[in-house]
Amino acid sequence: MTLAFYIAAAVALAATFRAVTHADAVHSLLYFIVSLLAAAVIFYILGAPFVAALEIIIYAGAIIVLFLFVVMLLHIGRGQRREERSWIRPRVWVGPAMLSAVLLAATVTVITAEPPPAPHALPQATAPSDVGVSLFGPYVVAVQLAALLLLAGLVGASHLRRHDKSIPLRAKGDPP
Amino acid sequence: MNTHVPLEHVMLLAAALFAIGLAGLLARRNLIFMLVSVEVMLNAAGLVFIAAGAYWGQVDGQSMFIFILTMAAAEVAVGLAIILQFHWRHHHLDADAAATMKG
Repeated sequence: MTLAFYIAAAVALAATFRAVTHADAVHSLLYFIVSLLAAAVIFYILGAPFVAALEIIIYAGAIIVLFLFVVMLLHIGRGQRREERSWIRPRVWVGPAMLSAVLLAATVTVITAEPPPAPHALPQATAPSDVGVSLFGPYVVAVQLAALLLLAGLVGASHLRRHDKSIPLRAKGDPP
Repeated sequence: MNTHVPLEHVMLLAAALFAIGLAGLLARRNLIFMLVSVEVMLNAAGLVFIAAGAYWGQVDGQSMFIFILTMAAAEVAVGLAIILQFHWRHHHLDADAAATMKG
């Protein structure tokens, strides 16, 4: 189990790195799916099989596929991919990578400073029914708020993607 | 079932994933990749919740992950709608041009 965790962690790190640095949107999203599958393996190892299934079904199966549909709708051509490559030259990455590295170093220092206190109860795998009882017990208000959030997202998305006929569409060759 | 994996190692992994996502968010100019980077960061945050919940033997971590999932879905729906609208108007996805987007 422990070895499987480290293998999945290595896969997740490599796939996430490629997802963030790839110039092609479709390839990047496919790498991100691999990263999510590795995260699902880690969730399973940690004793959360329900969340592992949700990660695959909702994250990889619904959210990333939504991304893929939009990328297909956009008709990203060869010219835009070349432009994208010109945007991600190594020079661009120096500043963000340094800032992230500093933050990561600070976080690692905090995490490794002292071991976490021992848990009160012995850890055990939690069944999906336990999660359901928790969601509809102490978290029932949060569930209703999540429903409101999804409704707001639905209304917002359908409003924002409306095609406004009064805005002249810019032809492809025009300067911006 | 778990306990063989130290909590610190999972949290280090989550921190590394978060840092990768943050670097991507800062460095990329394409809106789609920026949204993907945000998803990477959200996923790393969810990993911490799951690890902590498993360590303490509580289900609250998993409940929180489900809320994070809901929020990510709503955020992606709105974000992708904005990206579609943006692409209709500009025919590219350069985030720098978003400054000219009115209303």
